[in-house]
Amino acid sequence: MTTTYDKTDERLLESESPRAALSSFGRRIRSGDLGMAPVIIGLALIWVIFFLQNDRFLSSRNLVNLSLDSATIGMISLGIVLVLLLGEIDLSVGSVSGVGGSIMAVLLVYQGWPLLSAILLALAVGVAIGTFYGLLFTQFGVPSFVITLAGLLAFLGVQLWVLGSRGTVNLPIDSWIIEFANFKFLSDPVSYALAVVIGLAYLGTRLRTIQRRRAANLSAPSFRGAVIRAVLMVAALLFGAWYLNQDRGVGYMPLFWVAMIVAVDLILRRTRFGRSVYAVGGNEEAARRAGVPVNRVYITVFAAASTFAVLGGILAAGRLQSVAQSSGGTDTNLMAIAAAVIGGTSLFGGRGSAYAALFGMLVLQSITSGLNLIGVEAEVRYIVTGAVLLLAVTIDSLSRRARRSSGTA
Amino acid sequence: MNDGSQPILSLRGIDKRFGAVQALSDVSLDVRPGEVVALVGDNGAGKSTLVKIMSGVYQPDGGEIVFDGRPVSINGPKASQALGIATVFQDLALCDNLDVVANLFLGHERTTGGVLDEVEMERHSWELLRQLSAKIPSVRIPIASLSGGQRQTVAIARSLVGEPKVVMLDEPTAALGVAQTAEVLNLIERLRKRGLGVVLITHNMADVQAVADRIYVLRLGRNSAEFAIGEVTTEQLVAAITGASDNVVAERAARDRTGSAITPEDIDPYAVLPDGAGGPGHVSTDPDQERDA
Repeated sequence: MTTTYDKTDERLLESESPRAALSSFGRRIRSGDLGMAPVIIGLALIWVIFFLQNDRFLSSRNLVNLSLDSATIGMISLGIVLVLLLGEIDLSVGSVSGVGGSIMAVLLVYQGWPLLSAILLALAVGVAIGTFYGLLFTQFGVPSFVITLAGLLAFLGVQLWVLGSRGTVNLPIDSWIIEFANFKFLSDPVSYALAVVIGLAYLGTRLRTIQRRRAANLSAPSFRGAVIRAVLMVAALLFGAWYLNQDRGVGYMPLFWVAMIVAVDLILRRTRFGRSVYAVGGNEEAARRAGVPVNRVYITVFAAASTFAVLGGILAAGRLQSVAQSSGGTDTNLMAIAAAVIGGTSLFGGRGSAYAALFGMLVLQSITSGLNLIGVEAEVRYIVTGAVLLLAVTIDSLSRRARRSSGTA
Repeated sequence: MNDGSQPILSLRGIDKRFGAVQALSDVSLDVRPGEVVALVGDNGAGKSTLVKIMSGVYQPDGGEIVFDGRPVSINGPKASQALGIATVFQDLALCDNLDVVANLFLGHERTTGGVLDEVEMERHSWELLRQLSAKIPSVRIPIASLSGGQRQTVAIARSLVGEPKVVMLDEPTAALGVAQTAEVLNLIERLRKRGLGVVLITHNMADVQAVADRIYVLRLGRNSAEFAIGEVTTEQLVAAITGASDNVVAERAARDRTGSAITPEDIDPYAVLPDGAGGPGHVSTDPDQERDA
């Protein structure tokens, strides 16, 4: 066998066998390259603990509810992941989601707009808010912490002003946003077909990459490994779909949320824009000198974060079938930011993945749901959530220190 | 067409002022293809200013820049890169969280249909690193896990992605150990063999002696001396850098006229230093002046 370009260096520690792969995984963990490992282990632990407390926790019914409840704030959290990747923060996503939901509801109910137009206008307001943040940040150098803290207060005011004296706006019960957020589920055959299609798409791209790497004389994983992974993936998806189908099934809204996460993940890993986001988060000056349009990256990301916040607000309005003065208030902000951090997005910028929003949100929602099931009051939930957030940030800081001491900071 | 005897980059009578400070006055410099030109000088001599003029960060107040036979004005970093002048700054400007491939192509990523072409970029990375005989174990590990010399290698390799004609290296060995310095010097040798013009800015006389073909000495913003390698000793260089150069040049000129060869023993670089200028072998009799120095 001829040596490929990338395996010529004798210092390279090979990782072909499963055992070598395992030891290289261990080496990565020790050097502080944790990735998603802590949150996935944490989620598994939480599920086991609550299941032991109350076996209804892992019932199909509860998991379907969990998926529906996660999607609204989870959508907001996806925007937070993007902002954190730049090493910045958006504290105003809660207020902005409230503004978005309110605009949509008022246009729909009191101005008689079609639902789609109302949603599009609310999303446009989200884009405008984020662009404004981005311009303030790039043109005047105001710290994002302060800009968005001001936004948190100001947009809370805007929300109250939009809602006016009405206070609470109930959405018409027949509007499709309510259907979408509560009652729409994939039929069983469609959910299984979707699982297979996703597996085939994964297999197709893997095989194509392997083929191209071989053609370019680069080392490539085996076809067999790719097939095994795809089969395992389809099996897991089929099982998940089957289990949820025992109750209502795979909801449209959670599916939409996961699809957005997958899309953002692909954009981050596979496009020039995504590469720019990681570069700016890692070393802004280096990115600037390499010709990355740094300001445009900041503005785009802030705009995306506010837009995801509005989208989350619209979904929340649909889920709760109404918008009130308290929408997007209380713990929306904190849960969205905490989910991104718990999911493993570094607060120091440049490290993390879109899937942090998925797993982080599932952890938080599992805690909420589990404590509800065993009949514990809200105060315990806040304390537990706070402790988990602290744990996640500590892991982030420790892994950063481990990276430094192993020379991989 | 350039046959290697004509300069690829030529600066003539460059002036640069910052307010009341004349940072550069009447500085000239030639770089030929396949030649390593060392630019040496003490702190504040104007080396960095000159590099920034060539890389388009500063615009000169006077003088002429000729690139490949054509007078040009370099009005920004992009213009400099477009001409074919690549600069590797001292702080390297790499993203620690990205892998080697991502850093090499940062800002110039290859795409097919809007999607990053990772396979093509990785293949090209290996090709580039092989041409430089660079020792990077894997291009899929973050820059953070590389040594200082390997980072310098990546930074130099990155400058070659745009197929430049001139590469400027600002203090490439400043933070490196012995083995890593040797690695980078080998790399400079290979840039020369590829037919690139190399401008090497350094404080390290051993580096200069190891790889440079010609040496420009800047002192207080002026061309203070120009040497071909082999006709100059480290002592003479130090003398030129610290300010005894007028006498060195004058002496050599005198000797050249009389046709006698120069040997290091002919010149005592410290013999003409003013009191307090320091230097090895210089003994001051005045304790106050010694303290000031």
